[in-house]
Formats: sequence, C-alpha cells, structure tokens
Amino acid sequence: MTCEEFVELVTAFLEGALDEDTERDFVAHLAECPGCERYLDQFRTTISELGELPPETLSGDTRDRLLDAFRNFPRA
Amino acid sequence: MLPADDVLVAGLRSGDEATFARLLDSWSASMLRLARSFVSTDASAEEVVQDTWLAVIRGVAGFQGASSLRTWVYRILVNTAKKRGVKEKRTVPWTSLEPDGGPTVDPDRFRGPGDDYPGHWREVPEPWVLGDEFRHVVARALDQLPERQRVVVTLRDVDGHSSEEVCAMLEISAANQRVLLHRGRAAVRAHVEKYLGGAA
Repeated sequence: MTCEEFVELVTAFLEGALDEDTERDFVAHLAECPGCERYLDQFRTTISELGELPPETLSGDTRDRLLDAFRNFPRA
Repeated sequence: MLPADDVLVAGLRSGDEATFARLLDSWSASMLRLARSFVSTDASAEEVVQDTWLAVIRGVAGFQGASSLRTWVYRILVNTAKKRGVKEKRTVPWTSLEPDGGPTVDPDRFRGPGDDYPGHWREVPEPWVLGDEFRHVVARALDQLPERQRVVVTLRDVDGHSSEEVCAMLEISAANQRVLLHRGRAAVRAHVEKYLGGAA
C-alpha cells in the first residue's frame, strides 16, 4: 500500500468498513510510515475538533411559540 | 441522556411539556444546521425547524416506531427543508450522486512514478502546533465545504449521529455517505494544514 492509497482509506478504516485484507495492509503501512501515522493523527484531531463546535440555538421567540403550540394542541 | 423512545413518545402524546422542551433543546441545534444546508438563510432554516416541530406535534399520535423517533423527526425536517429549498431554487441533488472523483490529498505531496518509492510522501506532513484559533479555522473550513459534504460532516462529526442514522435521514447508501464524509474531513484537514503553513 502506498501513502497515496492510505490517505484515501482513513475514514473507511475509522468506520471499520475495510475488508480484512485491506485493513491488514492499512495497519502494516501505518506501523512503518511516520508520515501516514501523522496524517491519521491529524485526521482524528480534525474530527474531534469538529465535535467541539458550538451549537446553534433556536431564538427564544421561536422556542416560546413552539412550547405554546405544544401546550395548546388539542389532545383526546 | 434522553429517555427511551417509548417514554418520549408517550410524553409527547400525553402533552407532557417537560418532555417536549427537552427534545426541543436537545435536537434543535443540529436540526438548524441540517436545515441550513437546504435553504439560503438562517431565518429560513429557523422556520423549517419550527415547521418541523409543529408537524411533530400534530403527527406524533401516528408515529409507528418503524425508525427511531429522532430519525423520524429528521426525515420530516429534511422533507420540509427540501420543499422550501426548491421554492428558493436551492436544491441539493442527493440522488444524482456523481463520484466526486479526484484524490483528497494534493498528488504533488507524493513521489512520482519515476521515483524509488512512488506514491509515498515527498515530505511527511508537518506536525501541528494548535493555538486558540484552531476551532475558528475548523469552523470556517466546514462552512466552505461543498454542500453535500458539509451536511454529512455536520451530521456525523459535529452532531455525532451514527452512520446508519445519517443514511436514513438523507436516504443515501452507506458507501456514498462514507465518500462524502471522507472528502469533507480531508478537505477540513487540508484547510487547517494550509492555515498553519505546513503545506507549500
């Protein structure tokens, strides 16, 4: 496996979606290649930072309106 | 952690406000982001989310439990957002998914065919020294992704949905989802690298 091939398989590897042979080649390459190890680390760092992005919120008005609508919805 | 679906659904059906408020506060942020991918303004996205919750209030009596409650709500959202996006002449062609093609890392970063080690790094990626601006750089990179990549990366990595949930919400195959996710993540990583000056 080349580095150029490795970088295209990173998400599939992280998802556990590689077939057994490819996964073995991927791990073997990783063990021998500092460049790809760093690439994988940076990929993971990127993913975890994406998970830290601040959430957007509904405006207070919209939230109040929806709570009213829920409260006033006719139920049997 | 939210209670199990049957508890939530029972609460919604019986008019329990605390249950509704909890769902509203737990899910609306990611629903806004998802809606924003289909419509052209933040205000439109907020209306899509509002209309979705109104449809949930009206429709929860008929919820069959064929999918998770959250997936059901998000399907309503996507349908509402798509209709609105069409009106705004802004559509995301999820179904005509072309293979986006092309490598996700600049081919110049790798050694050419004449080299002893073709396809291997010319120079290994520079280590990252991350400062306070990292989050900002990542946020900006996400904004700049092509539409479909942005939706999938947002749902998976920002909001933490599973691959199965995202495929169900967007009605795309696992393979397509993975391609979009990988391309999006790689582009965000490349953006950070460029920002840090690691790549020429």
